[in-house]
Amino acid sequence: MKYIDEFRDGDVARTLAHKIAAVAQASRNYSFMEFCGGHTHAISRYGLSDLLPPNVRMVHGPGCPVCVLPIGRVDMAIELALNRGVILCTYGDTLRVPASQGLSLMKAKARGGDIRMVYSTLDALQIARDNPQREVVFFAIGFETTTPPTALAIQQADQEQLSNFSVLCCHVLTPAAISTILESPEVRQWGTVPIDGFIGPAHVSTVIGSQPYEFFAEEYRKPVVIAGFEPLDVMQAILMLVRQVNEGRAEVENEFSRAVTREGNVKAQDRVAEVFELRRAFEWRGLSVVPYSALKVRAKYGTFDAERRFQLDYRSVPDNKACECGAILRGVKRPQDCKIFGTVCTPENPVGSCMVSSEGACAAHYSYGRYKDMNG
Amino acid sequence: MSEIKRSYVRPLDVKHGRVDMTHGSGGRAMVQLISELFTRHLGNQYLGQGNDGAVLPVPMVDGLPARLVMSTDCHVVSPLFFPGGDIGCLSVHGTVNDVAMMGATPLYLSAGFILEEGFALCDLERIVVSMAHAARAAGVPVVTGDTKVVERGKGDGVFITTTGVGVLPQGLELGGARARPGDVVLVSGSIGDHGVAIMSQRENLSFDAPISSDTAALNGLVATMLATHADIRCLRDPTRGGLAATLNEIAGQSGVGMMLLEKAIPVKPVVAAACELLGLDPLNVANEGKLIAICSAADAPGLLAAMRSHPLGKDAALIGEVIADTHHFVQLTTAFGGRRIVDWLAGDQLPRIC
Repeated sequence: MKYIDEFRDGDVARTLAHKIAAVAQASRNYSFMEFCGGHTHAISRYGLSDLLPPNVRMVHGPGCPVCVLPIGRVDMAIELALNRGVILCTYGDTLRVPASQGLSLMKAKARGGDIRMVYSTLDALQIARDNPQREVVFFAIGFETTTPPTALAIQQADQEQLSNFSVLCCHVLTPAAISTILESPEVRQWGTVPIDGFIGPAHVSTVIGSQPYEFFAEEYRKPVVIAGFEPLDVMQAILMLVRQVNEGRAEVENEFSRAVTREGNVKAQDRVAEVFELRRAFEWRGLSVVPYSALKVRAKYGTFDAERRFQLDYRSVPDNKACECGAILRGVKRPQDCKIFGTVCTPENPVGSCMVSSEGACAAHYSYGRYKDMNG
Repeated sequence: MSEIKRSYVRPLDVKHGRVDMTHGSGGRAMVQLISELFTRHLGNQYLGQGNDGAVLPVPMVDGLPARLVMSTDCHVVSPLFFPGGDIGCLSVHGTVNDVAMMGATPLYLSAGFILEEGFALCDLERIVVSMAHAARAAGVPVVTGDTKVVERGKGDGVFITTTGVGVLPQGLELGGARARPGDVVLVSGSIGDHGVAIMSQRENLSFDAPISSDTAALNGLVATMLATHADIRCLRDPTRGGLAATLNEIAGQSGVGMMLLEKAIPVKPVVAAACELLGLDPLNVANEGKLIAICSAADAPGLLAAMRSHPLGKDAALIGEVIADTHHFVQLTTAFGGRRIVDWLAGDQLPRIC
């Protein structure tokens, strides 16, 4: 656990907590959005909000890959598994995301769909090699972190002429989501969601670098501190954000300099650009349709595009009416503000996707934070 | 002089043979499998009775007729062989431990096997030998059993169900509903070893320091603990769902809450590292050779010392206390000094994406 324990040192955390409390001005409130589900998880898992002074508040952002996946996209994957006879390969988290008709990939599996959990795209490629007589589709979801491995898999399949492999591409882009939040009326006009700054993504930024956030800092005057997913990273980032706010600065600072550069991983970016192109529009759960916010497979690699190969049409499906995932993903509401939180909607029986992954705001609060809602 | 020749019975080819449908059909092949494989390794005076059931004496405990404790457990582990054990010894340990957690002395086991057609007899023998070894070491004989064979594709090699019977002295009452605010929570050693050993084998992960399952029979440790006459409220072995599930279960049954101290919970560094890599929380990972004891705070030091004197309890630790809480939450003070809930696991633990 060397190189990890150092970032989980309780004594250092308390020192940082004291510093934050000392620097934060009692006369004002600080409200920071952690964009990434990884940060949400770290904050809940390590109980970080207990270490912050009451006037420093964290708002959970939409950066949980499975939480922003709209019902219609999961329906497409289920259609492939149940009605087109494919082997559908998926990351583990995605299995429980609720879809139409009370289904999920997990439930579709129980109904006979050949759905297999994989740890990486390489596993999916191997399944395709091992089953030449079957169509194998990789359900590609996630932000920029998981996109390069998908690009690599497609290139590899192309080289090997692995004609039974294809990808259902649902990769989405972080900067587009941040723009949407900053442009939302709750943040811009009404001020109902006060956001004084962002904790920028860790793993995403290793790929795209810190440069893309400079626009937000300049254009919207919001400080961004890119931080690692370890609890001390998060505490340090909060301290840096408080300082920026106090000093009236709005800059991109990089707390996660051990892994993130300004340019990012250029090789990975090149591969992604080679294989994927921008979609004109993509529906997100919670953010609705966001222009130029997702990727699709380029025509050059069209045979590996499951949407083309199986002629799948996207059909938008509205969320359950009582579910507040949309407002929660935009930071407008907190999980405990939702009527069905913890009653109808639980990790065992998630209605909304925020209850699915421990990176989701609702599941994180349900599994780790409910003691805060106790009365007395 | 009889003309009938004594039929030659070819011995079971354990080395190269495989389970086939005849081994479950009630004919000679089945009898042969039982006698040459099961009885040969597991044999004892009770199993040797060869009847439809075993006739067993029930001992007196402290001059009084003992109460019987009975528990059953099905084992469907994949892979069948894993670092530190296999389905054979696991099926003995699992049931012996369930009986022992009641405070009872386990006396007898039954074993039911569901074999899949095509399963290699040499693997079956390895499993049965491991079972026999575990049963002997725990001092609990397998006194009756059954075997069925299912067609290829309808099983996963071998499933084993074991049932254990033990005796409980009059006056000893342990149970999940007996925890009271002010009691303390003890654990007999490091958590998560079994689940991580299985998982890393399944995912083909190898580590510099190999991770072994902790599978072990805990009846000896329990006997040592009971001998202290400490006021033990409840014993549980945190198997599936791990420490988190077991403590939530007790909190719910007793109508109390718990406050744990993360720093006090023993987790081996290699297990912590593997959990990190696989995106798992050691608190949710299965154990097969650990127990949790809830006991009165006053008796905790003596009980802890007794546990540490036993090889299977040498890393025992006090990890938290029972508190009054109408929500029955199990909470944890993190190494950071923050708080969080330790919840039941929702379904299987699935790796996170980011």
